[in-house]
Amino acid sequence: MFGIGVLKGMAVTFKNFVESYYKKERLTTIEYPEKRLAEKERFRNFPFLIFDEKPEDPRCVACDICAKECPPQCITIVRAQDAQGKPLKKPATFDIDYSICMNCGVCEEVCPFDAIFMDHEFELAEYGRFEDLNYTIDRLLKPKEHFMKIRPTDATRIEAELKKKENAKKAAAEKAAAAAKAKAEAAKTQASQVPDTKPETKPNEPAQPADPPAEAK
Amino acid sequence: MDQLFVHIDQAIIHWAQAVLPDWMAVIVAMKIPIVAIAIFGPVTMMYLTLIERKLLARIQNRFGPNRVGKFGLLQPLADGVKMLTKEDIVPEKADKIAHLLAPILIVIPALLVFAVLPFGRNMIAVDLNIGVLFFLAMSGTTTLFIFTAAWASHNKFSLLGGMRSVAQMISYEIPFVLSVVPVLVVVGSFSTVAIVEAQPGLHWFVFTPWGAVGFFIFFICAVAEVNRTPFDLPEAESELVAGFHTEYSGMKFALFYMAEFMNVFTVSALVATVFLGGWQGPILPSWVWFLLKTYTLILIMMWFRGTFPRLRADQLMGFAWKFLLELTFVNIIVAAIWYEMRSPLNHLTAAAILIVTIIVLFQFNKTEIPKKRIYKYAYAD
Repeated sequence: MFGIGVLKGMAVTFKNFVESYYKKERLTTIEYPEKRLAEKERFRNFPFLIFDEKPEDPRCVACDICAKECPPQCITIVRAQDAQGKPLKKPATFDIDYSICMNCGVCEEVCPFDAIFMDHEFELAEYGRFEDLNYTIDRLLKPKEHFMKIRPTDATRIEAELKKKENAKKAAAEKAAAAAKAKAEAAKTQASQVPDTKPETKPNEPAQPADPPAEAK
Repeated sequence: MDQLFVHIDQAIIHWAQAVLPDWMAVIVAMKIPIVAIAIFGPVTMMYLTLIERKLLARIQNRFGPNRVGKFGLLQPLADGVKMLTKEDIVPEKADKIAHLLAPILIVIPALLVFAVLPFGRNMIAVDLNIGVLFFLAMSGTTTLFIFTAAWASHNKFSLLGGMRSVAQMISYEIPFVLSVVPVLVVVGSFSTVAIVEAQPGLHWFVFTPWGAVGFFIFFICAVAEVNRTPFDLPEAESELVAGFHTEYSGMKFALFYMAEFMNVFTVSALVATVFLGGWQGPILPSWVWFLLKTYTLILIMMWFRGTFPRLRADQLMGFAWKFLLELTFVNIIVAAIWYEMRSPLNHLTAAAILIVTIIVLFQFNKTEIPKKRIYKYAYAD
């Protein structure tokens, strides 16, 4: 009959109205600043730099790979130098400009030293347009434990890999040391002939990056 | 409790007579209802916007405004501040004077009609002996200003909206007015106070057969009259951007909004007055009854808005001219018959005539569904 559809429609809206007051599955809104969704582990937003023990020695060796790979070019790295002007394996400045960063995560993927990772931080609004959005190294550095807390799966895997690498390195170093010692002893036993050259040291050390310290752009 | 506001009014007048000179006391006495309406109208409008947003939100399983103040109760104030501080943009080719005047003038009839609404026993600003007529005439002028705004904007969408508004008003004004006639026939007066007093206790007109039909017609026409969904063709968002107020911004736009919501209130109040017994009702104070009925009708209007899609223009016209108009004519006759006959028989006769009429009208209005075509030779073996 004419008019039944009208009443049916009104019944549907009335049901929605009433049930939104007491049924959880009707009203799925989460009122954000007061309540939050549980963070998903695989959520990735803004990168941070990781340090092992002290914030003074970050894992980052200022190799500049991430700055070169960064699609919008938001990373600026200046290598630290010691008193004699010899470049050190750590950054003096490491800036990420959040107004440029597009949260792609390429920096994390390309880093050969597992020094930069994507964070869960997403409330990054600031009052200033320029200085406030430029994240300097002291704002970027976070401890290893933080990484373990936000992304436990990745963190355990990466830590295990690092440890394996370190053990391998140590073993290699020991082996080399043993070899050198054996050689030295052999040399000693062969009496005083020609004085031997120095024993080689640390064969497995990563090659020093060839490029000079990146200039501030 | 029933006469609370009347007593307040009288206390102020007494105080004015004691303190002020005579001529000023007279002015004060005259101004009280005006001030009361001038405050009540806009405040009602502000909170109606909030109620509407909350209700629609709940219908759509959302929270609605809840950030400004507790339960979003300060949202209307925030909206007001926003509207006042917005840039006022006037199109280059607009008729500047008409563009300015339309939103100002549209509020005036919306406020004027408050004068003849009986808010409770002895609570009426002016007991006009042509109260209902005054109301209908005044609320009808709204269309003129809508059209003024549409024309002045120099925008095709505005103009289309304005023209639709005029067409809609012409169609719905007729059943709107005619559906009140049965009440006037029975009561014998145009005065809203007399109409309310003719429905004592629970003897509201809506409980009579002609009253029920009249209420139905009157309410639907009222919804159409104030341009609300499903009859909101003049401001159809999906078709006309925003209809007649496309080119308005800031406070001018807010004034249109204000007029619309005050019209919603007054029209619901009139429906309540004419068919639902106004302030009549047991136990509760009279003004509580009045506001209860009015707000129920307003909420039903909002419920309509949350439920129905917009009508097509031809459906809108067809509904007014082919169904409502005939029904109102029959309803007038039925009311006269009801009035002349004695008690149990008159209800039966009236109901019988109305039911037959409605069925016949439905039959005539049935949309013709064309028969499925059979292609005789297409699938021949």
